[in-house]
Amino acid sequence: MQIELSLLSPQLFLLLWAILVFVVDFFTAERNKASLAYLSIIGLVLTAIISISSKQGETFGGSFRADTFGLSFNIIFLGSAILTVASAVDYVKAHLKHQGEFYGLILLSTVGMMFLSASGDLLTLYVSLELATISLFVLAAYMKSDLKSTEAGLKYLILGAASSAILLYGISLLYGISGTLVLDAIALKLSQMPTVGPLFILSIVMIIAGLSFKLAAVPFHMWCPDVYEGAPTPVTAYLSVASKAAGLAALIRIFFKSLASTSMQWVPLLMAISAMAMILGNVVAVRQHNIKRLLAYSSIAQIGYILVGFIAVSELAVTSIILYVLAYMFANIGAFMVVIAFYNVSGSDDIMAYAGLSKRSPFLAISMVVFLLSLVGIPPMAGFIGKFYLFSAAIEKGYYWIVVLGVLTSVISLYYYMSIAYQMYFKTGDDDSPVRVSPTMAVALVVALAGTLLIGVYTQPVLSAISGASSAFF
Amino acid sequence: MFSSDFPILSVITYLPLIGVLLILMIDKEKVGAIRIVALLTAAINFLFSLPLFFACDPSTAAFQFTEHVPWIPELGISYFFGIDGISMLMVILTTFLTPLAIWASFGSITEKVKGYMISFLILETGMLGVFVSLDLILFFVFWEAMLFPMYFIIGIWGGPRRIYATVKFVLFTMIGSALMLIAIIYLYYLNYQNTNIPTFNLELLQSSQFPIPINIQMWLFAAFALAFAIKVPMFPFHTWLPDAHVEAPTAGSVILAAVLLKMGAYGFLRFCLPLFPQAASEFTPLISILAIVGIIYGAMMAFVQKDVKSLVAYSSVSHLGFVMLGIFTFNIQGLQGGILQMINHGISTGGLFLIVGMLYERRHTRMIGDFGGLAKVVPVFSVMFMIITLSSIGLPGTNGFVGEFLILLGAFKSNMVYAVLAATGVVLAAVYMLWMFQRVIFGQVDKKENETLLDLNLREKLILIPLIALIFFIGIYPKPILSRMETSVKNLTAIVQQKFRVEEDNHKIRIISGTPMDKISLNEVGEQKNE
Repeated sequence: MQIELSLLSPQLFLLLWAILVFVVDFFTAERNKASLAYLSIIGLVLTAIISISSKQGETFGGSFRADTFGLSFNIIFLGSAILTVASAVDYVKAHLKHQGEFYGLILLSTVGMMFLSASGDLLTLYVSLELATISLFVLAAYMKSDLKSTEAGLKYLILGAASSAILLYGISLLYGISGTLVLDAIALKLSQMPTVGPLFILSIVMIIAGLSFKLAAVPFHMWCPDVYEGAPTPVTAYLSVASKAAGLAALIRIFFKSLASTSMQWVPLLMAISAMAMILGNVVAVRQHNIKRLLAYSSIAQIGYILVGFIAVSELAVTSIILYVLAYMFANIGAFMVVIAFYNVSGSDDIMAYAGLSKRSPFLAISMVVFLLSLVGIPPMAGFIGKFYLFSAAIEKGYYWIVVLGVLTSVISLYYYMSIAYQMYFKTGDDDSPVRVSPTMAVALVVALAGTLLIGVYTQPVLSAISGASSAFF
Repeated sequence: MFSSDFPILSVITYLPLIGVLLILMIDKEKVGAIRIVALLTAAINFLFSLPLFFACDPSTAAFQFTEHVPWIPELGISYFFGIDGISMLMVILTTFLTPLAIWASFGSITEKVKGYMISFLILETGMLGVFVSLDLILFFVFWEAMLFPMYFIIGIWGGPRRIYATVKFVLFTMIGSALMLIAIIYLYYLNYQNTNIPTFNLELLQSSQFPIPINIQMWLFAAFALAFAIKVPMFPFHTWLPDAHVEAPTAGSVILAAVLLKMGAYGFLRFCLPLFPQAASEFTPLISILAIVGIIYGAMMAFVQKDVKSLVAYSSVSHLGFVMLGIFTFNIQGLQGGILQMINHGISTGGLFLIVGMLYERRHTRMIGDFGGLAKVVPVFSVMFMIITLSSIGLPGTNGFVGEFLILLGAFKSNMVYAVLAATGVVLAAVYMLWMFQRVIFGQVDKKENETLLDLNLREKLILIPLIALIFFIGIYPKPILSRMETSVKNLTAIVQQKFRVEEDNHKIRIISGTPMDKISLNEVGEQKNE
């Protein structure tokens, strides 16, 4: 078997860089630890460049495949990591111990996700998912002295381990049915089978359940608000985007590649999950007072929208999901950046505390509005084009009622997102002191704003860049 | 007048954004400079748009000054601007009223002026974009984008119940437009799968070789119509309007009444009728009846209002009922009257809101009972108030008369009962407007606070004079405006009726082949063909 290690170069490079960060951490004085963040960002940017320039192909007998699909998701993971690290510098300095490990763990988690999006068989997929998630368990509990953070870490660990076990069980059943772990071969095997048995249904249900946990889709979302609230905010930002994107990459790899021929069996299930996620996420978010919990429920709803595109199982579905996740990345991490910047000054995540922010920092307030409008899907923000694509994909295949549900729940989401704008613009707070934004954070915010607005207005370059992604499946 | 490749419509649409950039560079303490830049931007934009009135060729119904650039070619989304006789008038109405509204806010908006002016100019870009877009997605982008400047204008600078009003306004509008988006995407796929042409281009969809089956047309029409009916607003979707109008700052009310409501009616004209003509005729009885209910209900509600501003707000519901009735007569008189009434309502109701705003700035109350005998104290104000009131009632010689007359004429031709019922609205309008006017302006000055009121200053006079000039101009000589929309209107009626014919033929064929369809009520539209 010919093994071409050069295909793995982005993943290996980032792995080495993560180790480099751990090593440099030993030799860095406590007051200089912030430099490790910049070191991490350099590594991530270099990895992105290597990813784009390295060639495509498959190796390890199809277990590892570097294609446009994987590349698109790699860019999303790396982008999330860059934005997260950039926004975390001040927060980590002020609130966390062991700063070096914090950045190193984020890099390691990103490595796991990058392997995941490139995996061509179920075992690689499972192992890289674990690599990505175990780093996140640690990160969620990073504030050791904080009760909520430790609770978040523990919850995430126990439920995450349980869901991984379920996923693994599903994978082993699928292996038992098809006799292979390679995704292509499973597809071939299944197409030769005249009918699917109950065992197959069971395995699909278990795989969906296991991955839905990573996506925080209803009814596997229970951990999400608590973990999002308790975890350090930069970790929440990373969890809400990169971890979900990883789950989606796995879902698409398995279902569009191996199980596409049996889509009749699982589309209704995912449709139900999507509907529940949109309804529950949006309705419960209305009542939240803590902004991290609000964004947690909104992220549950966002997964619902993405699954609307997913059930189309078409070329457009792949394109639309990548486009939407990209838009979601800028908008959601952007929103969390504002939360972090505000927390750094005020020490509060209470939505009421945002009263009068438009006076205290016009820049933060207007950025927040842009990000939230993008999450609702209001043009000309990127979220609109993304949602437009997702809904188009579903309408193309004739799934109307779920799209109607999607747009109606979007209107609900407008209400609670606007309640934040309401605090910032229509209310006046007790505190009038200006909110200072550090230069690193400001740069990161401008990047997120630029991404949100540019993708919305000038979508064509992004679309042509990801146009090859669906060729891995259809 | 313009060289053919000069993108005049883009210039007009985005010029306000240049003003926004300039304002962003000004320190927020320099209120005077911010105001001047905003006003100048809007005024220059008006000057840029004015030549369109003369350059727009009235002999053709085709879209003019078009700009066509692919935006997302895979899905056939393009950046497609263009105007015809109808949208040209809407563009000029917008650019005409925006500077006046901005100027009127010089006195009333004293806090957060920078944010206010920025919101207002972004709003202008959004409104103009709606009127010039000929691609469904592009249209939708502007349609949604202009919502949020308005959200902030009402929510930050509005009255005591502004939060409730603005949230209601946004949620109502969003629900309507959300379903419209689905209808747009559905229409796209329907057309794509049957003709193999991926496009959101209105012209191409309109001339598509694929006739949409009537049952699907009904659904699509309903989805579009809901979005537009909420915006118009038609009874029973009007409940956001009195709240939004009353709570918005003066300039916000002016723009809301004069331009934003017109977008709903414009949407019917531009999208609903040409794309779904058959469904439009099926829906005609429903929409006409709702329009008449709106006319009478709005008038009766206006009758009992104690607050002048909410009286004007309810009168809007009534007036827009006329507009909708006129549009859904499908004959030339009715349509022309409807479109003219859109402009008239912009001028006269916009003027009334300005008047009410000026009154409020002086007395900080809008209650009718707090006034009385103002004619003696503020004569110039009273005269201007009277002219605008009479225009709103539709006195012959003012613009309102021409519009209402044409609408009633059109309605009479299509359905006499509608015309008779709608005509009661004219009478009611005279009652509630004149009664209000009498209580505010005439009688004795019995409140001490009213004795010392100042008459209009130069700025206020200069704001109202252009409106009054237009009131008389259109009232006496409406031909320039009517002639410019005539070809477009004729074309619209032709499209509606031509598609009728096709559908009628299909209908016969289907009946012959044994698949009965719902009976198509042709109304009287077919008879208007030869006019």
